[in-house]
Amino acid sequence: MKFVNFINNIDKRWIYLLVALVVIIPFVFPVGCPMRITPPVQSMYNYIEDSIPENGVLLVGIDYDPSTMAELHPMAKALTYHAFYNNLRVLFVTMYPQGSGMGQDIIDKTLTQWNSANPENQKELGRDITLLAYVPGVSAVMLKMGENIPATFNEDAYGNKLENLPVMDGIKTYNNLNYMVELAGSSVVLSWLMYANGRYKMKMGIGTTAVSAAEYYSYLQSGQSNGLLGGLKGAAEYEKLITENHGYAGRKDASVGMDAQSSAHIFFILLIVLGNIVFFIKKYKEGK
Amino acid sequence: MKTKFFLFFTLLSVFIFAQENAESAPADSVAVFDYSLVKSFTLSDVGSDDGTALKIKWECTDNPENKNQFRLYRLTDGDTVRTLLGNFALSAEYTDENLNREESYSYSLVAVDSLGVEMQGIVSTDLMKPKANYFKTDKIILLLMILIYTIVIIILVETVKKGKVLFVRKISGLDTLDEAVGRATEMGRPVLYVPGSSTMSDIATIASLNILGPVAKKIAEYETRLIVPNRDPIVMTVAKEVVKESYSEAGRPDAYSDNDVFFLTDSQFGYAAAISGIMTREKPATNLLLGMFWAESLIMAEAGNTAGAIQIAGTDAVSQLPFFITSCDYTIIGEELYAASAYLSREPLLMGTLKAQDYFKGMIIAFICLYLFFLIISTIFGGNVLFLNKILDIIRFIFNS
Amino acid sequence: MFIRRTLPLLVAGFFGIATIIQFFVPHPASRTFYNMVLDWMIIVTAFTYLMAVQSTIELHTTKIKRKVEGWQYSLVVLISLGITAFIGILGGAFTPSTILMKLIPAFKPSSTSPLMYTYLYMQVPMQSTIFSLLAFYMASAAFRSFKARSFDATMLLVTAAIVTIGRVPLGEFIYKGFPEIIEWILKYPNMAAQRGILIGVELGMIATSLKIILGIERKYLGGGK
Repeated sequence: MKFVNFINNIDKRWIYLLVALVVIIPFVFPVGCPMRITPPVQSMYNYIEDSIPENGVLLVGIDYDPSTMAELHPMAKALTYHAFYNNLRVLFVTMYPQGSGMGQDIIDKTLTQWNSANPENQKELGRDITLLAYVPGVSAVMLKMGENIPATFNEDAYGNKLENLPVMDGIKTYNNLNYMVELAGSSVVLSWLMYANGRYKMKMGIGTTAVSAAEYYSYLQSGQSNGLLGGLKGAAEYEKLITENHGYAGRKDASVGMDAQSSAHIFFILLIVLGNIVFFIKKYKEGK
Repeated sequence: MKTKFFLFFTLLSVFIFAQENAESAPADSVAVFDYSLVKSFTLSDVGSDDGTALKIKWECTDNPENKNQFRLYRLTDGDTVRTLLGNFALSAEYTDENLNREESYSYSLVAVDSLGVEMQGIVSTDLMKPKANYFKTDKIILLLMILIYTIVIIILVETVKKGKVLFVRKISGLDTLDEAVGRATEMGRPVLYVPGSSTMSDIATIASLNILGPVAKKIAEYETRLIVPNRDPIVMTVAKEVVKESYSEAGRPDAYSDNDVFFLTDSQFGYAAAISGIMTREKPATNLLLGMFWAESLIMAEAGNTAGAIQIAGTDAVSQLPFFITSCDYTIIGEELYAASAYLSREPLLMGTLKAQDYFKGMIIAFICLYLFFLIISTIFGGNVLFLNKILDIIRFIFNS
Repeated sequence: MFIRRTLPLLVAGFFGIATIIQFFVPHPASRTFYNMVLDWMIIVTAFTYLMAVQSTIELHTTKIKRKVEGWQYSLVVLISLGITAFIGILGGAFTPSTILMKLIPAFKPSSTSPLMYTYLYMQVPMQSTIFSLLAFYMASAAFRSFKARSFDATMLLVTAAIVTIGRVPLGEFIYKGFPEIIEWILKYPNMAAQRGILIGVELGMIATSLKIILGIERKYLGGGK
């Protein structure tokens, strides 16, 4: 009973400390468990791989801020790399001011890494990739994009007029874009589904935090989205796909976190089991 | 119809052959394409649009040995140069978009041999102007649904106005709002009202602000402090108005402090952190988390739980409900949030719409059951009964619309 | 009364009905109106940020003036706001602006502008820390409240355990069939429940929108009735 009382009244901070250890230790001593690709990730990969012609346009919605970057940044990076491998143009768009910094960070990192690893196929800002300027208004901006993309933004985030950028050649509305992947930890995903996909028939995939992933399965089955990257695991699967099929050799931000996530999940289960054992012992004793 | 096409095409080709043979086919081309293989070549207006598109369709007789392709050209009335639209198969359909509805267009097909060289001969259509339509016929079912829904709402509102009492089930989360506010008064501590992390375009935010009205009124009556931190400037402005009006209605306009309804930050987790800070510093006795929440929901709910406040949460974000259920005392689930406004005020107008919502939901459930019933019967009969398939198609059509 | 109640209701009703009609009319005239409404929405949203700044400044200056507990933090907020706005306007969001380069000839464009510097090295670590709190809170919440109190709760518990363990590579290592089981759970029981709630939610959304357009719902304008 002493043990039961101890566990029952344990200070939350002990649990916090254990969580911290369980997450940090696997980073220092990685194990590297094998991983299988889930169908929603595979279908998004296949669509970008097979259904977008060369020089086609991939629109990536960077609607997250630094808080959720741990899960969503690796997705943006892997998608950009995949587009580069297939010689697609990449357009980043954001509905939130904080997303602009995230998009800029991805462009900086991917361009530097790609150009140093692939001197024979150099990518250039403004020709192969850019970030559209932030315009406030969320749903109004999404709807306006369906009418006229250059008129909605006028400039990219670097102050260049869109009409002067080769990356924008032939792009007027959603009809001229081949595919969109929306990365967000908020319900702005639903707005994109309603307006870009529902109203303007834009083909879409979703990348979201693990917490919100379960919510989007219904949109996957209804065909409103044809792929789903859920949390760090989704990003790690995508990294695995570009590594196996295109020989990606850069840093795998999501894959390195998989061991930590595995151990944290196991720890959660142990906590739940422990909590329940204590609960039942207490119930049994009180019953007596 | 087919005969008409054939006649039209034959006349057209005879007429155009003579005129345009020399103009389009390259001089060094020797091969001649047998245009009698073209069964139909039609130009039609795209319906339900703003007059910027035309549809071109052509079909050739089946000939497996035929390895040729067609090149499709567009000619704007008044122009002399044709614009190439692309290479296509011998039978295909193409929608030409971004046209000008003031201009007339005609289209021509030129056959291309396996080496990509244009062959002699050409077929063209008549000139046509794209037409702008006044109604999207493909959306008629949707319009009908909206009209039926509106009519049902109006009828029910009228019925309630005449004095009919409608039953609404108990929603414990809303019933305890009074008690929660009372508790804060007893303890002499403030009430924290979080209208969610989303913008005004989210209906959950509007629903939350609808609840804020009666809650603020009650708080004003009890002379308790109300804190409303916001993530969106528009939501903040509306929240200020709602609280100010409610304090006036309660006869306590002097108790309203403009600084208690304020903007925090538009960063999702910055907002959650700031609210956790308020919960720890100000120690509100009651936390009301109503509106749209995402991954940050647990951070707020756990901070409130640790601070020992009584918490009522409500959201239509399904994936956040488990966190609220775990960390809060009461949770208002999904559409209960929308019902809150009617439930709290018992206003006949709002009660009527609540009932209409239920009837419509009943109708959707009936349709789903009907579909399932016919689907099962159809499967039992091997899926070949024409009558059953027709019914299933109709229901599918309604749902797709 | 007319300005505060009737006029806003008329405006809401007019634009609500006009936008619905517009959706069904593809004619260019309707499109022009639609584009105009969208432009106005974007312009109005941009200006609301000024109200946010005004609210923040007013709130924190009052706190400082009244010397309420923790007023020093308000000072930090105002100074940070000032500095960020200053380097944002002068330095440009991403590339150092021409103004700064004209003022200081030695200033050369680099990949990281002053604003981007504060973003990458201050905002990013601070916000990531807050997000990481989720893991700690989830652990404590799971330990505290996830109990097999009833049959329903036990079902929930077992499902949660399977999904939690199967979502990570280690789960696959323990039992190969986990990913399939999870896909099944997410695709069928999860989706059935979600759809049930979603249908209700969507109908609620339409009803709320109609209530506002028809002027039945007025509480968002303030007051109880």
